[in-house]
Amino acid sequence: MGKPTGFLEFDRKGPSYRPVPVRLRDWKEVYEPQSDAEIAEQGARCMDCGIPFCMQGCPLGNRIPHFNDLVYKGNWAEAAAQLFATNNFPEFTGRLCPAPCESACVLGIGADPVTIERLEYETVEHAFRLGLPTSLATAENTGKRVAIVGSGPSGLAAAAQLRVAGHEVTVFERNDLIGGLLRYGIPEFKMEKAVLDRRLAVMANAGISFEISVNVDSAKLAELRESFDAVVMAIGSTRPRLIPAPGADLEGVYPAMTYLEAATRAVHGSGVSTIDVQGTDVVILGGGDTGADCLGTAHRQGAKSVTQIEIMDMPPHDRPADQPWPTMARLYKVTSAHEEGGERVFSTETLEFMGAGSLEAIVVRNNATQETTTLPARYVFIAAGFVGPELDALGLNRPEVTTPRATLQVSSSWQVEQVGEGAPVFACGDAVRGQSLIVWAIAEGRSCASSVDTFLQGETSLPAPITPYSLSW
Amino acid sequence: MTQTPFPLYDPAFEHDACGVGMVADLTGTPSHQTVTDTLTILENLEHRGATGADVASGDGAGILLQMPDSFLRQVVSANLPPMGEYGVAFWMISKEAAADVRHSLETIFSSVGLTTLAWRDVPADSSILGPTSAASEPAFVQQIVSLGGGATAALDSALFAARRLAEHSHPVYASSCSSSVLIYKGMLSSPQLRQYFDDLRDERLSAAIAVVHSRFSTNVLPRWELAQPFRYIAHNGEINTVRGNRNWMTARETTLSSENLPVPLSELTPIITPNMSDSASFDEVVELLVQSGRSLPHAILMMIPEAWEKSTSMDVARRDFYRYHAALMEPWDGPASVTFSDGKIVGAVLDRNGLRPARYWVTKDKRVIFASEVGVVDVDPANIERKGRLQPGRVFLVDIAQGRIIDDTELKADLAARAPYGEWLAEHQLSLDEIEPRVMLTPSHASVVQRQRNFGYSDEDIRLIVKPMANVGEEPIGSMGSDAALPALSTDHRPLFDYFTQLFAQVTNPPLDAIREELVTSTRVTIGGEENLLTETPRHCHQIVLSSPVLSVEELAKIRYIDEAAGDWGFHATVVDLLFEAHGTGSAGERLRAAVDAICDDVVAQVRNGASIVILSDRNTSTELAAVPSLLAASAVHHRLVAEHLRTSAAIILEAGDVREVHHVALLLGFGASAVCPYLAYETIDDLASAQQLSVATAMEGRYHFAKSLTKGIVKVMSKMGVSTVASYVGSQLFEAVGIDADILSSYFPGFTSRIGGITLDHLAESVLALHAEAYVRPQAQSVALRNRGEYQWRRDGEIHLFNPRTVQKLQHATRAKRYDIFKEYTKLVDDQMNANATLRSLLRFRSDLTPVPLDEVESVASIVKRFSTGAMSYGSISEEAHTTLAIAMNRLGAKSNTGEGGEDEERFDTSDPRFNRRSAIKQVASGRFGVTSRYLVNADDIQIKMAQGAKPGEGGQLPGSKVYPWVAKTRHSTPGVGLISPPPHHDIYSIEDLAQLIYDLKNANNQARVHVKLVSEQGVGTIAAGVAKAHADVILISGHDGGTGAAPLTSLKHAGTAWELGLAEAHQTLAMNGLRSRVVVQVDGQLKTGRDVVIAALLGAEEFGFATAPLVVSGCIMMRVCHLDTCPVGIATQNPVLRERFTGQPEFVENFFEFIAEEVREIMAQLGVRTIDELVGDTSKLEALSLNSDTNTLSLEPLLAHTDPAQRRNTIAQDHGLDQALDWTFLDDAVAAGVAGEPLTVQRAIQNVHRSVGTLTGSALTRVLGAKTLPNDLITVDLEGSAGQSLGAFIPKGLTLRLSGDANDYAGKGLSGGRVVIQKPQTATYDSADNIIAGNVIGYGATSGEIFISGVVGERCAVRNSGATIVVEGTGDHACEYMTGGTVVILGGVGRNLAAGMSGGTLFLYDPNNEVYDHLSAGVYEIDPLEFEDEERLREIVERFAAETHSARAAALLSDWRTARMQFVRIETSEYQRVREELRNG
Repeated sequence: MGKPTGFLEFDRKGPSYRPVPVRLRDWKEVYEPQSDAEIAEQGARCMDCGIPFCMQGCPLGNRIPHFNDLVYKGNWAEAAAQLFATNNFPEFTGRLCPAPCESACVLGIGADPVTIERLEYETVEHAFRLGLPTSLATAENTGKRVAIVGSGPSGLAAAAQLRVAGHEVTVFERNDLIGGLLRYGIPEFKMEKAVLDRRLAVMANAGISFEISVNVDSAKLAELRESFDAVVMAIGSTRPRLIPAPGADLEGVYPAMTYLEAATRAVHGSGVSTIDVQGTDVVILGGGDTGADCLGTAHRQGAKSVTQIEIMDMPPHDRPADQPWPTMARLYKVTSAHEEGGERVFSTETLEFMGAGSLEAIVVRNNATQETTTLPARYVFIAAGFVGPELDALGLNRPEVTTPRATLQVSSSWQVEQVGEGAPVFACGDAVRGQSLIVWAIAEGRSCASSVDTFLQGETSLPAPITPYSLSW
Repeated sequence: MTQTPFPLYDPAFEHDACGVGMVADLTGTPSHQTVTDTLTILENLEHRGATGADVASGDGAGILLQMPDSFLRQVVSANLPPMGEYGVAFWMISKEAAADVRHSLETIFSSVGLTTLAWRDVPADSSILGPTSAASEPAFVQQIVSLGGGATAALDSALFAARRLAEHSHPVYASSCSSSVLIYKGMLSSPQLRQYFDDLRDERLSAAIAVVHSRFSTNVLPRWELAQPFRYIAHNGEINTVRGNRNWMTARETTLSSENLPVPLSELTPIITPNMSDSASFDEVVELLVQSGRSLPHAILMMIPEAWEKSTSMDVARRDFYRYHAALMEPWDGPASVTFSDGKIVGAVLDRNGLRPARYWVTKDKRVIFASEVGVVDVDPANIERKGRLQPGRVFLVDIAQGRIIDDTELKADLAARAPYGEWLAEHQLSLDEIEPRVMLTPSHASVVQRQRNFGYSDEDIRLIVKPMANVGEEPIGSMGSDAALPALSTDHRPLFDYFTQLFAQVTNPPLDAIREELVTSTRVTIGGEENLLTETPRHCHQIVLSSPVLSVEELAKIRYIDEAAGDWGFHATVVDLLFEAHGTGSAGERLRAAVDAICDDVVAQVRNGASIVILSDRNTSTELAAVPSLLAASAVHHRLVAEHLRTSAAIILEAGDVREVHHVALLLGFGASAVCPYLAYETIDDLASAQQLSVATAMEGRYHFAKSLTKGIVKVMSKMGVSTVASYVGSQLFEAVGIDADILSSYFPGFTSRIGGITLDHLAESVLALHAEAYVRPQAQSVALRNRGEYQWRRDGEIHLFNPRTVQKLQHATRAKRYDIFKEYTKLVDDQMNANATLRSLLRFRSDLTPVPLDEVESVASIVKRFSTGAMSYGSISEEAHTTLAIAMNRLGAKSNTGEGGEDEERFDTSDPRFNRRSAIKQVASGRFGVTSRYLVNADDIQIKMAQGAKPGEGGQLPGSKVYPWVAKTRHSTPGVGLISPPPHHDIYSIEDLAQLIYDLKNANNQARVHVKLVSEQGVGTIAAGVAKAHADVILISGHDGGTGAAPLTSLKHAGTAWELGLAEAHQTLAMNGLRSRVVVQVDGQLKTGRDVVIAALLGAEEFGFATAPLVVSGCIMMRVCHLDTCPVGIATQNPVLRERFTGQPEFVENFFEFIAEEVREIMAQLGVRTIDELVGDTSKLEALSLNSDTNTLSLEPLLAHTDPAQRRNTIAQDHGLDQALDWTFLDDAVAAGVAGEPLTVQRAIQNVHRSVGTLTGSALTRVLGAKTLPNDLITVDLEGSAGQSLGAFIPKGLTLRLSGDANDYAGKGLSGGRVVIQKPQTATYDSADNIIAGNVIGYGATSGEIFISGVVGERCAVRNSGATIVVEGTGDHACEYMTGGTVVILGGVGRNLAAGMSGGTLFLYDPNNEVYDHLSAGVYEIDPLEFEDEERLREIVERFAAETHSARAAALLSDWRTARMQFVRIETSEYQRVREELRNG
């Protein structure tokens, strides 16, 4: 399989980015296309390992060596079939996943890993472009009804899988459009929303019902448990972690999601965001991916300056001994957004937000030097993560059903127990795991669906790639 | 069958091998001298026999005599009729026999017209017997009888009938019952035979023919009657196919009838007496064929035909003779030197491979002497007219009535002219080519996928098996063993095929090299009914001949419709569906059982109705009907037809959807199918072709490739077991069942034992139905076509593998960071997976009711690690970095690393830096003998003989030219860039006595090293181990099937051998039972990973422990399983310098690993209350077995836990190697002194065949004192006179020369390391050396440098794997220069077949005056050229020295007219060798 000597002949080569000045003028995705020949070479680098560590690194257990080889051979149809066998949404993960598979790639021990994520992306895009089967093959209707609360990646994955098993599935979303974080949490330049809509169309065609602008609280939940045979809570971990410094309530200090949602709405609406940073100084608190999303967004809106501040030390460029291969080490990363400009500051803590009515500056201290600096800032976006699902309105903020990390407690079969009479309540995604990667969300959704199907039919042929709260390594 | 307290031992596993000899007087004059000479031969073959722990009890010895008429007349009181008109039944009467047994015997004999004339108690000296043989000693009585009338034919038939009737009804056994021969034999050692029977010392006892046999048995239970000779034959060898042969004879019983017998044959059945040896069964069939009217040579040739199938030069009539008889009977296949006599003629025949030595002399005073060795009896050289050897497939026959030797050609021509066999064949035998082809339809993709699901095809089956086979016509290769769950413990739906493993030959018989020695193999099968074996008519060959048992769909169609196509031919084909109800009443198992019963009933009815071909087909599965596993059906039908005595009336053909790999076809054939059509695999290929997923041009080509690779694979599977022909493989059942419940086996696989239970019929049926449901009930839930089983490569959603991402990661992290806490996480992951039942040891638990001891009282880590070793991985297969890392680590620990088979760079012998000592303590000696020199052996603490390896037992190996980098070539003594072959067998081990000889050789080559014998676990390995212990091995290593770091065909990787738990327990129990356990150290390896593994192995009987995969993982291996591709990305299994730079291992990591393992062992020991490993070994009481005991699985390891006598649990006494008898001691000290001083020395000694490995001890002593220093040639010369024993001059170094005047046995110059061996005929001999044999088989095997000059003809396989020596002989047998990689061979006379097979380097100069080289050369790519100037100079120099030193008349004659002679030489080299040499020359 593959080309046995491919890894010796070809170097790792991903697609190049469009030039910064060009890409900052639009909201399109940042990559240049790669030729099929170049993609095939990258597929040929896969060594077809006896133990494909990538497959363990991937929470979904994607059949990576299989599709790498099929990409190498240009067999897009079979490659897509292999991909869809473990992943409902490779077009999402192919764009958004930080690729723990690549961290685990055996080739990465002594060289650069295979561009697994790009091959995934190419596979699924070829499949759509070439009109290959992307629809869901569904079993005969079982007559069972399942309600999914939340339409993020986890809820959508559970929905797709349960539909495959032949159940009648309805997805409930409180926002005005389906997609959860995929819709408003991911900037357009990372994933154009057309990609999401294309997938939703496939799902709708397969008979999945979507209900938007439905806020599920405890009363609605009880109602769902009356009228459905099972309910899946895929409500995400949406409570943002805030910075408890003086002045945090000033106008101009926003959680990152608020900013990103506004920006995306603007792209698909008036064109002007309700939080428009054009010509202003912007500070982003948080050095992670969401921070980078804010960074790219701010640049596209024409910010005067953007500073990204991280409380932790600058991560190393190479693997430290305590994070050995094949684990996903915390390394210094340069994303496309970082290439576009802005300043990155590490080991720095926020002391105070200053301003009169509106934010004007932010006072920070370098933890290494203890030096305090005041930066001008019209806007601060806090990308410091999330602290758990919103359970109060659901009446689920009870110790019996929550974990010490304030997420939902599920049994080994993804069930939230001790919730009284009615159809059983299952849960998956960030609501269970806490904030995590999209690939875990999909894996949770798929695994949960398998348990739901077992509950409904007594047995299941749906795969369950993970158990609750499990880790790759 | 005798019961023992050891459940894993079964007497059916026993083997034997032996020495044979014969003396005949061509004048027909009986003499006592003939008797005594023959007994002397026997005594001089003593080293070929064996004794067990009880040294006074031999394995068996005997003598067959022409009826000693005059002696009997003197010792019997009654008046005897003339010779030939009376018979003697020579009884062994068991002590249990009734007092009036003689009366009963008289009654039986009189019932067929025989009158008893006298009884004679045969005097025997019981006092010499050891306790084992004394305990079962019978009384010896001769009953002399005569027939009322006079005709001798009727007399012998009556004796035959009477004897069988008596043996069937009484506890008596007649060693002979004949009018023409008398056989004395017993459970005696060779020297005891003469002492035991007074008659044999009585000078009045005389005969003109005498045959002797000494037995080397692995057996542990006393059996007087298994001594040889049997009534017609004495057999040295082993019938590999005996299970099948016996079954076929049983199947034939009802069709047998003969007018020659006084009672109907049905009263004399069974033909095959149960619980006898393979040789005894063979003898019984010979006897039957002879008693029904065939001549003795005719009977023998029917059973052991020569390799006629691929011979292009064979006379047509002879070929027809064999073709005709192939329709009557399958060959009895296996290594055999069979000596036969009926008292009037005496002869011998060698099997088609010539795997046993056999030499003869004809004297001027008209005597013929024949024996396994020369020099066994004194004959004045001046009296010798001719010396010869028996050749493969040839018969040697002495007719004393005619007073002459009848030569093979004449004998066979006479037999071939008996009947117009060719005309009969032309008229009656049919080939499918004669029938018009039929049109076939191609099924749709959806239909193919549906049925692939139904038959459990996985993604891997297509990707890794079917597709590569279709593309390139070769079986796919894999690496790094198999660590996936055992089938019986798997949670997946495994096909029934997976529960059977292939048996393979080790020690007692050799596997074959089916690639390089293809000419002896045959894939031909005949189908159709059989006629009465005891008659001979044209109808007997009325059969269809197939060139391969793998049928194409088109061929099957021709057979299916043969009634229409060949209506006149009288074949009648019928199709029986293999289906059962998917849904219905009762359990799945019950429905399956009912279906199989119905199928069998149906087949029986159809055969009774005249069907001669039964096609069992699973084509018609549907939503309602599931497929009966083809193997279950085939075996059930086969055995049912055997039981109904209908089996030979019809052939069974399988049309099976579940067949997709070699192992599947092998099983179906092994369980009785004559041919198999894997139709779904063909359709899969069609389907792949239409999706353009094959690299071949057409689907047809893909199918052809697939069938071809299956056929080749079958030949390989057969050859692992030493079986040459598919015809004899069919029904041979050469498999072992692992994890199948007794009920399935007794119902459908009779004769198979279930040692540990396993899956039930319910499980099997439910598995089939689960797959059926995936295909027919809920297929839509799957987005991809097929399951991803992860059998060969780990997959997230596949089978459990003990090494998986998490365990590999933890193990590496723990050993690199020296973190015992993480190591414990690793072992917990491994051991917890065992709770998921991946291995047999997962079903064993430590007893929890034991009193612990404090940890600090337990044996230390430093002491425990000394019992550890790393596995045999050759330098060449792994990189220098990886190889030396292991060596350094093990040396630091005081443990042992293993060279593997690739030799070792001499620089590594320098041990001066203890921190970086790279010398491997264990030196391996494998079949390729790479770099096995005197220095290599002297630098060993242990020498390991690799009989088999876990990944591919019974197979050889190949290092492709691309991996033979210069540094690898140097240590292997070969040419860079030229591929290397490790043959499947060691060409000096064809039998257990040969192994004993190699052990003796190696002990001589280094008397301070322990000699190991590495065996692979399989059923019967315990019995083999007992034999190996008797052959004086110091250490026996039992390897599990799952280990193996090298490359192997996937069939072998997965389907040959068994887990070490079984093999170890069986070996331990059998050795203990036999009193041999204390004489050997038992070592185990095979995927040992944790402290728990080590403790369990110790409790089951292991004292030392080998690890290979785990230390490699510690060194960075991540189980890529591409070792065979030279692309290892972590620099381990590669020689590529770029990749080697990526190697990250350190000796410290490996040290950490072994210390962690030892620490964990200590913790467990403390918990078990055991302080030392010595206490632990073999104490099974500390373990308990968990039984699954469910409706679907009855697996239980209780039989592994049998208790052994504490005195027989571990090694406590040393083996006696008998080195003190060596001739070398008489000159060794002088030689060493001369060597050290650098002064010349010449000594003279007389030599005899009992002097074996002469020169080797001296050579090793010289090497030891001299180290890297070498001596000038001939500094020390030993002049020898007489007949040298085996292995003359083995491994001798430069400076030591042995000059022999006389003759030599096998293996002269083996492993020659620079020394010289010169052999010439005695000066008084008058025969022409160039026409007479002077030395035996396998001369110069594995020689690395030095010279062998032999003036005379030598046997088969001269210069095998020569890598540097110069060897000159005057003629050779078959397979000369096989696998040669270097050096120069000059042959001044004739050569046999298959010359230079597998040769990759070196130069052969062949004197070929008649331009016959192409008739002899093996298929290969050679450059055959006239001599160039340089060659001529070199050759002439060699021949001149040869002539001067040996006084060779042939050489002198050539030199006298060199101008002519030089034109008559050809130079033979391989093209690859020439190309590489040219490249090297040009830089």
